[in-house]
Amino acid sequence: MDENTVNNRDEQEPSKPSRRNFLKNIGLLGAGVAAGAGALYSGDIFEKKKAATGESKVLLTQDNKLVEVDSLEMRVLAKNPTKLMLEKGREGIPGKRWVMVIDLSKCRNARRCIAACQDAHQLKPEQYHMNTLQMQDSPGTAPYQMPKNCQHCDNPPCVAVCPVDATYKRGDGIVLIDNIRCIGCRFCMAACPYSARIFQWTTPKDADKHNGEAYNVELNVPQKLGTISKCLFSADRCREGKLPYCVSACPNGVYYFGDENEDAVTNGTSKETVRLSKLLRDNGAYQLMPELGTKPRVYYLPPKNRLFPFEPSTD
Amino acid sequence: MDKIISDLSHHIRLNKGFFLWMGFLVLALLACTYAYILQLRYGLGVAGLRDYISWGLYISNFVFFVASSLVGMLISAVLGLIGLKWVHPITRIAETIAVAFAAVAGLVIVMDMGRPERLANVFIYARFQSPILWDVTVITTYFVISLLLLFIPMIPDMAVLHKRFGSLPSWLKPVYKTLSLNWTDHPEQNRIIHRSVYILLILIIPAALSIHTVTSWLFALTVRPGWDSTIFGPYFVSGAFVAGSAAVIIAMFVFRKSYKLQDYLTDLHFNNMGKVLVLVAFVYLYFNINEYLVPGYKLKRADAVHLSELMTGHFALMFWIVQLGGLLIPIILLLFRSMRRPLPLTLISIAVFIGAWFKRYLIVVPTMSHPFLPIQHVPENFRVYTPTLIEIAITLFSFILVLIIITLISKFFPVIPVVETARDKGLDPLKRIES
Repeated sequence: MDENTVNNRDEQEPSKPSRRNFLKNIGLLGAGVAAGAGALYSGDIFEKKKAATGESKVLLTQDNKLVEVDSLEMRVLAKNPTKLMLEKGREGIPGKRWVMVIDLSKCRNARRCIAACQDAHQLKPEQYHMNTLQMQDSPGTAPYQMPKNCQHCDNPPCVAVCPVDATYKRGDGIVLIDNIRCIGCRFCMAACPYSARIFQWTTPKDADKHNGEAYNVELNVPQKLGTISKCLFSADRCREGKLPYCVSACPNGVYYFGDENEDAVTNGTSKETVRLSKLLRDNGAYQLMPELGTKPRVYYLPPKNRLFPFEPSTD
Repeated sequence: MDKIISDLSHHIRLNKGFFLWMGFLVLALLACTYAYILQLRYGLGVAGLRDYISWGLYISNFVFFVASSLVGMLISAVLGLIGLKWVHPITRIAETIAVAFAAVAGLVIVMDMGRPERLANVFIYARFQSPILWDVTVITTYFVISLLLLFIPMIPDMAVLHKRFGSLPSWLKPVYKTLSLNWTDHPEQNRIIHRSVYILLILIIPAALSIHTVTSWLFALTVRPGWDSTIFGPYFVSGAFVAGSAAVIIAMFVFRKSYKLQDYLTDLHFNNMGKVLVLVAFVYLYFNINEYLVPGYKLKRADAVHLSELMTGHFALMFWIVQLGGLLIPIILLLFRSMRRPLPLTLISIAVFIGAWFKRYLIVVPTMSHPFLPIQHVPENFRVYTPTLIEIAITLFSFILVLIIITLISKFFPVIPVVETARDKGLDPLKRIES
């Protein structure tokens, strides 16, 4: 039946009440009531709001969007901040694949990276997320200083062996540790070929000062007795769009940090952003012990044409 | 029959010697408990462990305990299923050792945890990719099967002793009655017991192989030199038989002396156990040669460092004492029949047993002492591992607990199966009751 025939029939029999018309009327009435009620209700809410508010606030959401929220609409979540940060910390920053490049030709063992790192992560002097090692590959080759941190492997042996999923690999490449869950078995330390992990054998630094603070999994502070710590690629800084603590602190331009997906890394000292693939290609970049199949996310540029002579450290 | 019952059960009573021994053990246990309380309060730092050598005494001891518990399977299942009658008086000793060591092994691993109060996380957040989960699973399984293998063959003994052993302490009577499960030597009952033991004996073989293979994988599944080995499973299993057989021989000697079982644990049993020990020691020697010779021939850089530290470096003294005194010399001595008499065999077994403990230390610590990347800019105690007194006391705690468990089981239950011994001699254990 097409539209014309319907119209024709309606014109022919205008006054006869049909079941169809009856239902149509009911529907219209219902819609009208609903619309009216809706309008009244929203009007009521609007009035209430108008009466009680006065200001709106601009907030940054977890996925980095600015939103405007009325101050009265905001309510404090019942969740404790530690739990919230733990959940947030499980998810990587969308679209990112963090990567670090360490230029060995520029390192003169200033150890400012270490100081900045230890300061941010509440570490004692002998506890290293980042350590500079004096390396000599074989007797005939020249010694060099090598900053060494967690390699944030794409095939992380530490994550594989963890019995409780306390250490985990995020979508953005960062390997993190949930120290509310860690049982302190130290299997991850045994599994790591880079000796990247440390353990809180005794009361952590300034434990009294930080006692009771919410635990930030992306910064791994406050450090917890009897649990693991290691380099986190400064996941908290990544979320803010900043460079990691060590990268920013280096006075000699050793570190580049950035996003593999964008193919761009930024030098922490000069703040110059360069193409990652070109940097790696032009400088003969390599990885630490790639034969182990760990697929590190840290690249090294060999200590060629060095800016500083090698000075062996005493300790 | 009465003589067998009284010979095998006369030790089941509370006497001065027992109280003295138990009193000593309990006091020692309490002293060592204090050490653990200190560790709970101040953290694992009270042990000598640090960031590079992060597994030490506790993990070595854990491996050793799992190893020692494996002998239950060797004696009961392997030798038992072959049909060797002479092992009958030894099976319960072997199972007692298996139960005690397996039970405490679980505790030893908790002592190594930085946050023992979070133990439940292992079950709440269980991640089956982790070998620790496999280990928890198989050790629990092995413990349960061992406990059943200790208990089920004991059911007839409980009934017989309850009915016929006049001097059974009155407070033990209801225990025996309950544990006897109303056994009356009915053919159907015996069939069920025989059946279940037979099934358990078969089940315990894969369970036992699993516990020590998985324990070896805690190391072999890492890439570190000295652990990165494909033969770690059989290497550990054969080593476990060495440690366990030595433990059984020592226990046989002690029980024979203190419970006066000379007529039941005869020179023949010691001679045969000596042969078992030398056999498993030969197998272990074979795996040792493989484990050291193969990487030693190629001398890849990391392996070279590891082997030279073991054989000529920091660990050389311990290494050679363990390999010669704990394995090679015992093998040579045990080839002579005169060395397999009770006393010399026991002395050799003590050397083997102690050697087996230090062998685990040599498997765990040297590898951790030499990671791929150099250890730099850290205090001296990060480079060299020295166990602390607290750590040693906590390790002793586990040994004392094993001794307490073995003492209690052996003191309040017949060490040697009564009914089985009677049947082997053609006697009917319940004859007088029925007539």
